[in-house]
Amino acid sequence: MAKFPRYFTIWQKLGLSGVKLTAYLVLLFLMAPILVIIPLSFNAEPYFTFTEGMLALDPSAYSLKWYEEILADQKWILAIKNSFYIGLMATLIATVLGTTAAIGLTSGQMPFQRMIMALLLSPMIVPLIITAAGMFFFYTQLDIAGSYMGVILAHAALGTPFVVITVNAALAGFDYSLVRASLGMGAKPVYTFFKVIMPLIRPGVISGALFAFVTSFDEVIVVLFLAGPEQRTIPRQMFSGLREEINPTILAVATLLVIISGLLLLTMEYLRARGEKMRAGELD
Amino acid sequence: MSNPELTQDEIKQADRNIRRRKLLAIFFVAPLLLFIFVTFVAPIGTMLYRSFYHPTVAELIPDTLAQLDDWSEESGDLPPTAALNAFAVELQTLAAERRSGKLAEEINRAYPGASSLIKSTARKVRRVDLAELQTSGGQLVLDAHKKWSDVNVWRAMKKSGSVIKDDFYLTALDLERNPQGEIVQRDTQIYLDLYWKSLKIAFYITALTALIGFPLAWYLANAPSRVANTLMIFVLLPFWTSLLVRTTAWIALLQTNGVINSTLMSLHIIDEPLDLLYTQFATVIAMTHILMPFMILPLYSVMKGIDPSYFRAALSLGAKPIPAFIRIYMPMTVPGLSAGALLVFIISIGYYITPALVGGTEGQMISNIIAFHMQSSNNWELAAALGSLLLLLITLLYWLYDRLVGISNLKLG
Repeated sequence: MAKFPRYFTIWQKLGLSGVKLTAYLVLLFLMAPILVIIPLSFNAEPYFTFTEGMLALDPSAYSLKWYEEILADQKWILAIKNSFYIGLMATLIATVLGTTAAIGLTSGQMPFQRMIMALLLSPMIVPLIITAAGMFFFYTQLDIAGSYMGVILAHAALGTPFVVITVNAALAGFDYSLVRASLGMGAKPVYTFFKVIMPLIRPGVISGALFAFVTSFDEVIVVLFLAGPEQRTIPRQMFSGLREEINPTILAVATLLVIISGLLLLTMEYLRARGEKMRAGELD
Repeated sequence: MSNPELTQDEIKQADRNIRRRKLLAIFFVAPLLLFIFVTFVAPIGTMLYRSFYHPTVAELIPDTLAQLDDWSEESGDLPPTAALNAFAVELQTLAAERRSGKLAEEINRAYPGASSLIKSTARKVRRVDLAELQTSGGQLVLDAHKKWSDVNVWRAMKKSGSVIKDDFYLTALDLERNPQGEIVQRDTQIYLDLYWKSLKIAFYITALTALIGFPLAWYLANAPSRVANTLMIFVLLPFWTSLLVRTTAWIALLQTNGVINSTLMSLHIIDEPLDLLYTQFATVIAMTHILMPFMILPLYSVMKGIDPSYFRAALSLGAKPIPAFIRIYMPMTVPGLSAGALLVFIISIGYYITPALVGGTEGQMISNIIAFHMQSSNNWELAAALGSLLLLLITLLYWLYDRLVGISNLKLG
């Protein structure tokens, strides 16, 4: 791409450079909004914009006070705890149920496979506002609205499609005769699952679990409808902050979340590379 | 069956094996299926049910409604005294329990003006002796306000009392019943306009993501893999970043005193800050940013698989680059483009958070009005009807997606 073939005309070269420039501008559009909030979160003033002092790189225009405010605020501390607790519990449920279902679905033996697949993936497609409204009606009847249980079950349901998809993809090309061989040689089903199937699909399971966690960690609408004040999560707290009293504490939280997503992304990329290598048979 | 090399026993054995494997598959899928049924399908079902099942009035004035059953609305006569007396008694009970306001609100939807009528009459019957109400309460009600002698009030009450109703769907489609019971259009179009606006906004977003996603996906697919892998991180980082974070970023950028306005002002391009936040423009631009990865990723994976020699062959056979690109390369990207476009469209049509935070009034979408009826106006049944219609729309698109792309081909990251 860097060097054009010699037979290219000047217009072709110009055209390709134009596309390249456009591509970089689009990347800028994707990244800039996220990068902008990081310096803004160190603003000494309670504004959402760069002050003159910040532009002049005056150290006194920068401060960590919004980060200190997070730690000092009971509401944020509770929200952080809740987000992790609800996220981890929901991920656990979604991963166990999603992985077993994906194994059953890809075995080729499942009746109505296509229909069931469409049904199992539908929590991902149905707009969250509809899901949340329905859950509010139904969970109120079950008397689990406004409880951790309600939010966890709801988030687990929203996370399962991602686990099904990623484990499905990991199982593509999985040779089920390995299972038969293992069972045929006398291994117990549970042993076969953990020693034969699991090692081969582990990258898929982990990335599915990460997706499920992020889904819960990032989810607001269901929390808005189902959770009481006790179950407020980080996004819920940000949502009301953005609606009611905008202050740069939200930017500080946002910056921390960007760092978390960066870490998640690196983990995902590592897993993907590993999965590819494994499929190519380069890993033992 | 007639395979000469297999004995009957062997066939049976094979049958048993197949059945066992099928059962095993079902055994693996069943827990999740059950879980999704309880936590997801049942709630959606409840919502659909709520959109036409509305027992509130029936629970408030059961006796009156039972009496009104025998009364023929078409006759033009007032309901029998027994019904009026029953109503007086029940109104007193409701007033004592402070629930007459609820009844007033419900009847008011069918008969505008009924709210104040019921409230004022409730105050009058509150202190009357129960025995007196049972015998002559009806007359008391009729004397309380001349509007009670209007047959339409009682028609409205009987109508509101039915448990199964399509009223909420009519409202959701900007229709209503006139006093003759015919379905007519409402004077003001609210919800159809909103559906139409949501479709339009979703279309803008889809078109924008396709337009600016296409060159980037092409570049990523054709760049050397080291460059492409590095640049891919810049597509995936936003994808993994919290939706709230990205919306916050757009608020910081678009505010009156935000980054864009202050930059433009310090460059003296504008003198007055532009109204960027709380507009439809803000909804479209922020959602385009948020949904970009859903367009780029399928496009990229399709473009990655396109053999560049087709394009080169077209060039070497004498085609001009641009027509060759449009007629040879573009058609091969259609699977990725349609997958991305449908996905972006499906996601954006039901979006709530971003329009709620950056859209102001003009950037609101159908989800926002559903949330409004759920949380502020407490008109849950209307919210359920609006949601059911939206669900119908999404189901159609989902079905289309499954036909065109295949839901099992959905890949992440």
